[in-house]
Amino acid sequence: MSSLILRTAVPLLVSLMVVFSIFVLFRGHNLPGGGFVGGLIAASGLAVYMIASGPAAVRRALIIHPIGVAGIGILAAALSGVLALFVGGPYLTGLWWLPDNIDIKIVATPVIFDIGVYLTVVGSVAAIALELEEWR
Amino acid sequence: MISQAVLTCFALALFAPFIHQLMRSHSGWVLAIFPASLFVHFLGYVPGVAAGETYREAMPWVETWGVYLSFYVDGLSLVFALLITGIGALIIFYTGGYLAGHPHQGRFYGFMLAFMGSMLGLVLADNLIALFVFWELTSVTSFLLIGFDHQRERARRAAIQALFVTAGGGLAMLAGFVMLGAATGTMEMSEILAGGSLSAHRLYMPILLLVLAGAFTKSAQVPFHFWLPNAMEAPTPVSAYLHSATMVKAGVYLLARMSPALGGTDLWATILPIFGGATLIYGTLLGLRQTDLKLMLAYTTVASLGLLVMLLGLGSEYALLAAALYLIAHSFFKGALFLVAGCVDHQTGTRETVRLGGLMRAMPITAFAALLAGLSMMGIPFFFGFLAKEVIYEATAYADNMWLLTTVAVVGNGLMFTIAALVAWGPFFGRRMETPKAPREGSLYLWLGPLALAVLGLAFGAYPHIPQDLFVTPVASAIAGYEVHHATFPTIPKMGLPLILSGVTVAFGLFIFLIAGWVRAFLNAAGQRMWGPDRGSDQFLAALDFLSRTLVGLLQTGRLRLYITVTLVVLAITLGVPIIAYGLFPSEISVPQAPFHVYGVLLLTVVGALALMFARSRLQAILSMGVTGISVALLFLLFGAPDLAYTQFMVETLSVVIIALVLLRLPVDTYDSRHILPSLRDAAIAGAVGVFFTVLLIAVTARPMDLTLTDYFAAHAYVSAHGRNIVNVILVDFRALDTLGEIVVVMVAGLAALALIKIRRGKLVPPGNGASPDDERGAS
Repeated sequence: MSSLILRTAVPLLVSLMVVFSIFVLFRGHNLPGGGFVGGLIAASGLAVYMIASGPAAVRRALIIHPIGVAGIGILAAALSGVLALFVGGPYLTGLWWLPDNIDIKIVATPVIFDIGVYLTVVGSVAAIALELEEWR
Repeated sequence: MISQAVLTCFALALFAPFIHQLMRSHSGWVLAIFPASLFVHFLGYVPGVAAGETYREAMPWVETWGVYLSFYVDGLSLVFALLITGIGALIIFYTGGYLAGHPHQGRFYGFMLAFMGSMLGLVLADNLIALFVFWELTSVTSFLLIGFDHQRERARRAAIQALFVTAGGGLAMLAGFVMLGAATGTMEMSEILAGGSLSAHRLYMPILLLVLAGAFTKSAQVPFHFWLPNAMEAPTPVSAYLHSATMVKAGVYLLARMSPALGGTDLWATILPIFGGATLIYGTLLGLRQTDLKLMLAYTTVASLGLLVMLLGLGSEYALLAAALYLIAHSFFKGALFLVAGCVDHQTGTRETVRLGGLMRAMPITAFAALLAGLSMMGIPFFFGFLAKEVIYEATAYADNMWLLTTVAVVGNGLMFTIAALVAWGPFFGRRMETPKAPREGSLYLWLGPLALAVLGLAFGAYPHIPQDLFVTPVASAIAGYEVHHATFPTIPKMGLPLILSGVTVAFGLFIFLIAGWVRAFLNAAGQRMWGPDRGSDQFLAALDFLSRTLVGLLQTGRLRLYITVTLVVLAITLGVPIIAYGLFPSEISVPQAPFHVYGVLLLTVVGALALMFARSRLQAILSMGVTGISVALLFLLFGAPDLAYTQFMVETLSVVIIALVLLRLPVDTYDSRHILPSLRDAAIAGAVGVFFTVLLIAVTARPMDLTLTDYFAAHAYVSAHGRNIVNVILVDFRALDTLGEIVVVMVAGLAALALIKIRRGKLVPPGNGASPDDERGAS
């Protein structure tokens, strides 16, 4: 698509959408959001980018094949559960790093799991959209 | 320690390809160190087991169903473990020379070690389910090894055939195991065997038949024998190891193991000798027909397995001792002869006996090993094979059906004598023949294994009391379930009926050897173009293929409209039948109080649905559906489900993007071309689903809501999972395994869509010769 306005606005728009999607991903633990919806937002960001600059640009930006992104997501989600086996819990038990003096609750296996969900959704949706767009 | 021995095999199997990359031409002996050390480890059990002790260890696996990863060492399993690790070490070493320079040598080591772990697990397992798992693992690794040369069609066919016969039998065996567990109340074999015979139980017959199905398929008994000769497509180390020394004996092992519980009945003593005897004779006759060294050996393996099954069926002390002796002797001489065959093939380029002769001068060490192993197989005095044959005749001569069994044994052994002579004598002596490659002695890698096995056969035969005390008696006692006694085996043969029978065997074998060419021609003429289970299995697989193709063709038409119709009809029936049968229609419908704007959004939903119904073009339909979707998302938002609402919004947005992309490839202005009748039919289906669903929802919401789970999650989300958003905490923590499954589905759906698009774009050719899926018609 060759709309000048869209092409000018796209870098800002897309980066905002991706940043927002990551925000939604991490926000999900306490407020509405999470990996699934975050992944959908990022995927729509990529779709906007694709409509403005073409699928080749999106593929370059993703570096690896989108299905690879999804695969990494599933791997991350699946491996995040393995850690629990080493401390004697059942598979996928949530493990948290909770230091005494700082109040952070982000270094945890459920967070890694959620990132895995995010990547899977982004990769799968982007793969379909890109393949469709390239079909001319 | 036992479980570690088994499990490290699998671990090493994973690393074997990398070790091979690192060590290159030395990988053979480096990798052989591991099974060799396992062999030494298991040797450590010998004194205790010979003194009558047993060892057991168990790890919990699925405790609620009584499944343990438990292992049990007694005389029987120990001898098998020693054969597996000892011969395994020699075979891995041999592979270092045999496959030197093969591009997939590392992968081959991995498969072999994985097989070794499975086989060790099989013979050492105490729990029936664990045994079954290892049993099927040996089938799987055998499949991989037979199909190792996967670019050859024959190898692939043989691999599939072996898998489908042995794994199929394994499934029957599993059913038998489950019944056995139900009948005895335990899944531990040691406890079942301690409980004595099951012959009085009403499940005895089905258990026996199912277990026999497993054992007979694995040990290639007639009529399931056909997969074993075909499995000779595998590289020779595989034939020597899996398909003569170890895996095919798994069925014999199972029968021996189960003998105290299932044996000793008329049924047992009838079925086993009949199938075993038939296999013995049939195998040797088919073996005589062959001219390929490996195939001849393969058929004699079938015959030997038949002999073992026959002996187990007899069940007398002599028979069990004979089975134990023959089991060990056969592993030695058959393993050695297979390796010799591989060596000859490797060095001369052919395995055809008719093209081999006079190799003695060129390959003296191989010839020596072949001669020793061959003499043991023929049953010449001072060799272990002779001893085995003596005790076999002792067993048959004092059995009930003495004449029949003895005749079968003499004929079978005589024909095996002939084949042994053809294999071990033919290629090395007599007239020198031209071979594709100029023959020359193989490297140490190639002759050490066969020589070691052959010499062992002589050593055990020369000092028979050592194997008798350490191995044979413990094995026979384990099979019998009580202490078995026998006079010390003499080194010098004693005069008696067995010796006379041995003499008859040798004479008969020599006679057939002299007229072997004529016998072969006769058998070939008789067996030409005969329908057999080998062709039958092909026809069965082809029929299965045809059936699934037809079924898929009927169900998977590629028409989206048909799929949706079927789904909705099924939904309408499953919802409608109970609703009508139990009269769940609501008696009164109350209109709930809600703010004005909620009704506004509801109205929007209905408007969207109505617009969809009367849409004239695709674009209109998609937009109408979007209206409904967004209004539903709004309702979620209004009723306190923001997570759901956000996701719904995003899905609606992305659907528009994706559908817009699809629409670019489809004619946008396709109008609804259905006639009035199909339209009415579709409306009826849709209406039924809608009505029944509404009724269901009204019925559900009329009941008081069970808040147990909600309360639980609300109470525990922050305390145990450190999150305040219950929905997300459930997704990533409490029910993370479900989510894992769901994201796998997301990715698989993505992959499937990708494949479909690529086929449409002409980048991929769909498998099979079917037409490309026509999704355009479906979407219209």
